[in-house]
Parts: sequence; structure tokens; C-alpha cells
Amino acid sequence: MKKNNKFLALALGTVLSLSMLAGCGDSADTETPAADGTEAPAADENGGAESSDSDSGSGSGSGSGSVYWLNFKPESDEVLQDVAKTYTEQTGVPVKVVTAASGTYSTTLLSEMDKSAPPTLFVIGNQEGVKSWAEYALDLTGTPIANELNTDAYNLYDESGKLVSIGYCYECYGIIVNPDLIEAAGHTMDEIKDFDSLKAVAEDIHSRAGELGFDAFSSSDMDDSSSWRFTGHMANLEYYYEQEGDIWTECPATISGKYMDNFKNLYDLCINNSLTDPKELATGGHDAENEFKTGKAAFFVNGSWEYEAVKDDVPNATMIPYYCGVAGEEKAGLNCGTENCWAINCKASEEDQQATMDFMVWCVTDPDASRKLVDTFGVMPYKQAAESTNGFLAAANQYSENGCYVMNWATNFQPNVDSYRATLVSALNQYNADQSDANWETVRTAFVDGWAVEYNNVNG
Amino acid sequence: MKNKKNTNSNSITKATRRWGFLFMGPVLIAFTIGFIWPFIQGIWLSMCQFRLISDAKFIGFANYVKVFQDASFRHAFWYTAMFAIVSLVIINVLAFMVAYFLTLEIKGSNLFRTVFFMPNLIGGIVLGYIWSMIFDGILGRYQTSILLESKYGFWGLIILMCWQQVGYMMIIYIAGLQNVPGDILEAARIDGATSLQTLFKVTIPNVMSSFTICIFLSLTNGFKLFDQNLALTGGQPFVIQPGGATIKTTEMLALNIYNTFYSSNTTSQGVAQAKAVIFFILVAGLGLLQLGYTRKKEVQQ
Repeated sequence: MKKNNKFLALALGTVLSLSMLAGCGDSADTETPAADGTEAPAADENGGAESSDSDSGSGSGSGSGSVYWLNFKPESDEVLQDVAKTYTEQTGVPVKVVTAASGTYSTTLLSEMDKSAPPTLFVIGNQEGVKSWAEYALDLTGTPIANELNTDAYNLYDESGKLVSIGYCYECYGIIVNPDLIEAAGHTMDEIKDFDSLKAVAEDIHSRAGELGFDAFSSSDMDDSSSWRFTGHMANLEYYYEQEGDIWTECPATISGKYMDNFKNLYDLCINNSLTDPKELATGGHDAENEFKTGKAAFFVNGSWEYEAVKDDVPNATMIPYYCGVAGEEKAGLNCGTENCWAINCKASEEDQQATMDFMVWCVTDPDASRKLVDTFGVMPYKQAAESTNGFLAAANQYSENGCYVMNWATNFQPNVDSYRATLVSALNQYNADQSDANWETVRTAFVDGWAVEYNNVNG
Repeated sequence: MKNKKNTNSNSITKATRRWGFLFMGPVLIAFTIGFIWPFIQGIWLSMCQFRLISDAKFIGFANYVKVFQDASFRHAFWYTAMFAIVSLVIINVLAFMVAYFLTLEIKGSNLFRTVFFMPNLIGGIVLGYIWSMIFDGILGRYQTSILLESKYGFWGLIILMCWQQVGYMMIIYIAGLQNVPGDILEAARIDGATSLQTLFKVTIPNVMSSFTICIFLSLTNGFKLFDQNLALTGGQPFVIQPGGATIKTTEMLALNIYNTFYSSNTTSQGVAQAKAVIFFILVAGLGLLQLGYTRKKEVQQ
């Protein structure tokens, strides 16, 4: 008996220590790409919340305030750390930049805000964020940073008209094209001016993929690292046209799904003229960006943040609008908007708020800092900020100059966004596996009725 | 001689009594910070509406009412219960079999033990993603995917859990089996018991204490499962009912709580907290019941 107990104790001890070890392993793992990426371009690797506290002893030199920026864009982390360091060297004000891992911004924000030293500068990117965080945001109306803006198109207000957050960059999305491949297939970019012409080109390339050595569309995986390109971005075309020019200012309780057929047009074109069999999209594992970069596919559904990643391999890459068979769409432009809006934490100390404001103004006025930031963000809508070099944003401007309409990001209103998109992904998985009318009806239910259900979940 | 030993051990006992708190202190503090305090706070928060923990507003039992009205929570409960029972049976049967064969004098049994144990050293999230690729590699040949059928999701998770847990339970069973007194086994052999009789009448009753632990662990593990569930299916496929309401067919309790907590509804954090308290009572209650039951079956030598 006694011996027995000893062994048992040993076994239990092993079990305990191992389960603790396993626990550690798990918590480390959950840091890696998790959950849905609302905005999850390439650089997952530098995700994991990482910080560099340039000067933790507060009040060195100037003796007032410090800045803690909770950053939303993992791909910009390195540049931001660098800019923060420069600012501290120049002014002595400590600036800490922490980056939330891809797709975990809202959970990171929730826990960081609860700490004794919460972020002083954070992101409120859409109406849902305004709803949750407006009471923590300083009213920015008439502040020095607001006076530097050259447009108020990307500002967010709450119901009482308080300026909750202001855009620090904007982005655009659409279909990225490799013009060289289009020409190699015997077509020209000028040919593509609406859905029918896009369809003709894409289907021709797909049918001759074997002979050409490349296909029309890169893979449209439905895993978390990729599905947002469709459930978030491409879905925007439906919402945009449904507004019929009457731009939403708050989340509608229901949507009609009037332009679902147009969404289906473009979606079908994407999955059926691609490198990957639609039946294999559910778990993902295809690297769409790489397919485009290596010249295996001519079209790539994504946004302006991809420019840095593809410009070296595909220097002529450009972006075209979501053509989907709506009347008059020859005049369509790209989808422009942002989820990158700065808010100042009004519960932080006065000194910290002031330090944060000074830092923001410096970011958009200092030539070197704004140069670095513009290179990573694409563009910053401020009077004195550096010029953009992003080819896709240039394309967006070109469309506007040609008198095309900009498609606003109505998709930012998606209610209970993670859950709404997850449901849509599930429905699209069924549809990809079997493109029957019944399965499309399920997609429509998830898309249209799901909106009302999630709206009620959040507001009911 | 005997006397001397007694006094010796007495003084040790005394010293232990006097200085014990010093050694208990750090553990007690850690336990309070890491467990007792959050636990009390958790119960308090389940009766609050909050977005940040620091400004919670007391609202009584309204959160609990919402939990019991929540169909997704009920679905998750039954799904989890089924999963826990099936995985409990399969894991323990397999683990005991493996342990039994590896305590027979087989060549290289140490190597086998190591190999069987290794899956335990991999984190759940990683396992989930790896296995989702393995399953889809196979199911892809039949033009389907683990995300398309809830029964694939269920059995997929069972296979994953077996793969991960069998080695772990096996170690505990091996420790138990090696402890069965040789004289009893010899007596059974002399009395002419067949090997099956020896197994069921002698060996198993003597390792009942290992069963108690293993069943407890696999039962609570089954109920608490989260990482693997999140990574393997994430609740997919959803059944989308006419009207747009959805049921996440492979969503287990822990994932359900997580999804509730991080929904954008400003009242949902409190509801999730209430779910977590109910979840705790459930797992603790079941665990204790099972412990009480299997304890009775243990034999004392």
C-alpha cells in the first residue's frame, strides 16, 4: 500500500508538472494567428504583442507625460517602433508601441484598457468601435491634430456629434491585376471595363491555363487568414450598391440583399477560374499572395496594403474595381475607406493626453517621420504629410480623376462582425463544395437574414 | 534504537509545524492571486454588466436568466457532454490496453512509451491546425472537408484527443500496473487463473486508483476542451436556419463562452461570465461525483 502511494504521488507529480508545462505551451500558441482577421495582410510573423519600452522611467527630460500607442497594423510594427524611438531621442518623451497580433486587436484592446497604464493612443476603426469605446475617447474637435487633416472623410463621430477618432491613413481594395500576364494572354487592360469584359478575359485565361502557364484568379481560401477578403471586402459591393447613393451613417437593422446576384457573379468568377478547385478552399493552405507574386495568377483579390509586398515582383501591378454586372459600372472606382482611426484615451492623465497629442502632430508634420509612416501606411490624409508612393492608391486617385465613383466601406457597418463573417464562411464552404441553388440560398440567408439576427444580438 | 528514531521524527514534526508557513507562504500567495481572488471576482462579475472589469455595474441574476434562454448554450452543453463521454471511454480503454501491453516484457517498450507520450508535448492549437490539414488531406479525396459535416468534426476531435491523451493516461496506468504486487499475481497463477481472469479479477481491481485519476482527468479534459476545438473546426459547420439564426454544430462549452465574451454586444461579457460560473459548477460537480464513485471501487491492500 505504502509503496503504491509513493508511485501514485510520483505519477501525479509528473502529471501536474506536465500539465503546467502544457499550459505554458498553450498560452504561447494562442498568440499565433488566431481568429478572424478583419484586416490581416501578410505579416503575421511579427504579430505577437511585442513592445519596446524606449524609456520606461517616466518623465525623463521634459518631465511630462508619456505615450502608449496600441497599434492595429502588425505589418507596420517595425516602422512604428523605429519612429517611436526617434521621437524619444529627439524630445525625451517615452513612447511605447504595442502591436496586437493579427485579428486580435479588439481582444487586446479590451484587456489593455483595463490595466493601470492603459493605451493613451488607440484605434477606433468603425461604428461598432465607436459604440463600444466612445466614452473612453477624447473629443478631438478643433484639436491641433484635427487641424492638420486635409479631409474629414475618414473621421468617426458618435451620436452626440463628438469627434471620436480621426483617420491616420486610408486604404483601398479591389482586384489586383498583373497587366503583363493579361498581355501575355493576348488581351489588354483597356479591354476590361465591366463585368462582361472581365469575365471574358478571366474565362479565356482559365481555359488556356495549361498552355499559358498561369491561371486567372489566385486561390480564394476560406480559412481565417484569407476569408475576410470575401466576407469583408468583396461583400462590400453588395452593401455599397444597396445604399443606392444614400450613404449609411449608422448600421441599418436589416438589409435587402438586392445586389446579391452581383456578388454571386463576381464570387463565382473568382472561385471557378482559379488555380484551386473550389472544393479545396475550406481549410485553406494556399498562399494567394505568393501565387500572384510568382506569376501563377493574373488576378488577386486584395487591397492597397499589399503594394509593398508585390511591387518588387510585379512592378506593373495595378488595381481594378469590383466589376459585378451592375448597370453603369464602367464608372466604378475602387473601394476606399479606413479602419485606421486614432483616438486619444480621455481617461488617461492630462499630461499623457497632451504628450499623445504632441506625438500625433509630430507624426504627421515631421518630414522624416511622416515619410516613414506613409511608406508603411500607404497614405496619410494630412496637409504636411509626405506624398504617397503606393501604386494602388495612385490607381484609386486615377479613377477619381476620371470621374468614377468611389465605393465607400459600407462593410464597416457589419454587425457583430466576427460572428457574422464566420456564419458567412460556413455557408460559402457549403456552396464551394456544391454550387447548387439551394446552397446559394443558404449563403443569401447568412448574408441578408444573418445581418438582422446579428443586429438584434448586438442591439436587442 | 526504536526510541531514538521516534524522537528524531518528533523533532522534525515540530520543526515542520513551526516553520511550515514559511514554505507554504509563496504557494498560498500565488494560489490566492492566481486562483482564489479571480474566482471570487468571477462570481461577482457574473452578476454584473461590464465592458472593462474596472467599471462593472451590479445587475443581479439577469445574466443567468439570459444564459438559460440561450439555445446555443444548451446545444453546446449536450454536444460537450456527448463528446466527454465518448472520449472518456475510448481514451481510457486504449490507454489501458497500451499500458498493459507495454508492461509485458516487450522488446523496446521504453521506446514505445516515449513515442506514445510525445503527442502530449504539443500545444492544442498547433495540434488542431495540423490535424485539420491531415483530415482535409484525406477527406479532400472525397470532395468534402471536416468543416462541412458535423459528424466529421465530432469524430475528428475524438481522434485528435485520443492521439494526444492516450499516451498521457498510459503513463499513469503503467505506474499503476507496475505496482500490482508480484505475490498476488503469483498466487493467482498457482491457483490456476487464466490470464484473462488474472487481468479482470486481480490486476484491474489493483489499479483502480489509476482508473480514478485517469477517468477524472479525461472527463474534465473533455468538458474543458477549448484549443483543439477552436483550431480544428471553430464550431463549423453552422446550420443556418431560415430567418438567419445559426447553430454552430461543433461548438463546445468553453468555445461558446469565449465567443459570447468577445461578441460586440455590450451586455454579453456578463452573460459569458455567468456561463463560466455555471460551467465551473458543472465540471466540478461531475468530477467530484465521479471521484466519489470510483473511489468506492478501489481495493486497499
